[in-house]
Amino acid sequence: MAQQSLPDKPIPYPTQETSFYWEKCSERELWVRSCNSCKKSYFYPRDFCPSCFSRDTAWIKCSGRATLHAFGVVARAPHRAWAEEVPFIVAMVDLEEGCRMPTNIVDVNIDPDDLKGDLEIGMALEVSWDERTDGYIIPVFSPV
Amino acid sequence: MANISRGAAIVGVAESDDIGYLDNDKSDLQLHAEAAYNALEDAGLKKSDVDAIFASGNTLGLAEHMGIQPKFTDGTSVGGASFVIHAGHALAAISAGYCEVALVTHGSAGYSRRFYAPPATVRDNSPGAQFETPYGFIGAPINYAMACSRYMHEFGEERTREAMAEIAVATRKWAKLNPKALIHDPKAQIPLDMSFDDYHNSRWVCWPFHLLDCCLVTDAGGAYIITTPERARDLEKPPVWILGAGEGHDHGMISQMPSLTSLIARETGPKAFQMAGVNHSDFDLAMIYDSFTYTVMLTLESLGFCGRGEAADFVKGQRTAPGGDFPMNTAGGGLSYTHPGAYGVFLIIEAVRQLRGECGDRQVPNCNLTFCHGTGGSLSSGGTVVLASD
Ligand SMILES: [Zn+2]
Repeated sequence: MAQQSLPDKPIPYPTQETSFYWEKCSERELWVRSCNSCKKSYFYPRDFCPSCFSRDTAWIKCSGRATLHAFGVVARAPHRAWAEEVPFIVAMVDLEEGCRMPTNIVDVNIDPDDLKGDLEIGMALEVSWDERTDGYIIPVFSPV
Repeated sequence: MANISRGAAIVGVAESDDIGYLDNDKSDLQLHAEAAYNALEDAGLKKSDVDAIFASGNTLGLAEHMGIQPKFTDGTSVGGASFVIHAGHALAAISAGYCEVALVTHGSAGYSRRFYAPPATVRDNSPGAQFETPYGFIGAPINYAMACSRYMHEFGEERTREAMAEIAVATRKWAKLNPKALIHDPKAQIPLDMSFDDYHNSRWVCWPFHLLDCCLVTDAGGAYIITTPERARDLEKPPVWILGAGEGHDHGMISQMPSLTSLIARETGPKAFQMAGVNHSDFDLAMIYDSFTYTVMLTLESLGFCGRGEAADFVKGQRTAPGGDFPMNTAGGGLSYTHPGAYGVFLIIEAVRQLRGECGDRQVPNCNLTFCHGTGGSLSSGGTVVLASD
């Protein structure tokens, strides 16, 4: 049977509330929203603060530093786009700016038997960039 | 709030004609209708008695398919917990006089219709599609596994792993006693017995989950009927009373979960137990949605059966297995009985059968009081109901 090419990985479709985020990502900068009323930063970006529902919110530029909050090592591809990339790491990371975001961890050795690899929750990470189709660049993280 | 405890009773429960790996082109609607038909028969009621319909999602096509014209309709769809939450909603609706005979159904050919997601034809710009899907956060095993890693970090990887194994092994023992469990279908090629080694040696799906941490994917329908106390007393089979109910959700996407180690059960459980006037030690049986082994650990803790981080001690020594002093998920659970994509309705079906004393080899002796707790979405939603025999 002829080798079937794999589909592209899903890319984001920005909305009015998120286009700034994705534009900045394409410049390899990570920005999140922060509330001027209750002073909390939050992810994902939206106009209204999910804590106090204030509309007085702003964009802040992130340092790119984060710590690992939780992770999973995916052994069975959930979508054909990842068929040749398992195992890969899904994670939630705590940004230095105080909010948490979903991402992938890259540049980590994964032992194919115990799968856990060199990852430890709480470890220091820094942002890195993964180029996707249609010019999208998405933020991923790697160990410092 | 008005006390509506015991304001309605469950009077009929059933699965679809067959459940498991059907591969026979039965549609979701057909499975719904079979379960509804069988539950009405179990109740001794007719379709023309039904004046309210509850299902997860669109009730229009469902009511049309069965030829029902409801005067109360509820499509609450918050994942697999929905069908537990429906019981509370039906209790409220019946108590307020909106309807008299409520049909709650589910049907899903989850196994036979399984396939990789086709290329999208409509641009999905939802937060999940923008911020989780591009990273491969696709499907419950990945989302729940990630949450579990945090629990392991906070409370110890080894003891967490032991508890997950205890739950998987104990649940398989119950399934062995339930002829309807998938493990009895030779086509499924699932052993009737699971050893601790089998658990630890099963393949990885997403670390920290082995295959045997994950629920099955089957084809199945399930339904139950709720009615007024007056009508319930007129029926042949003994009524099962709804004593208390609680529901809620605290996020949608896994990455928005306030704490990966605490479920909304922390609020729905106490609310339902208080409404019922019962305590944790009063229950004869626990029915807990086991989408994954980890879901059970977190539910036991969040409901308050043990403290945070203590589930490992709580389930030690096959305490939840047949013969143990905390019988749990006696049908064999989503892990070993059936799980068509959303499981909550099957918690209620087994709870009612146990309270009626219909469970044969797996019957819990003197089972008079139980609760069902459903968890849905990405550990997002919760529903608790307390059920009792007459
Ligand atoms: Zn705010």
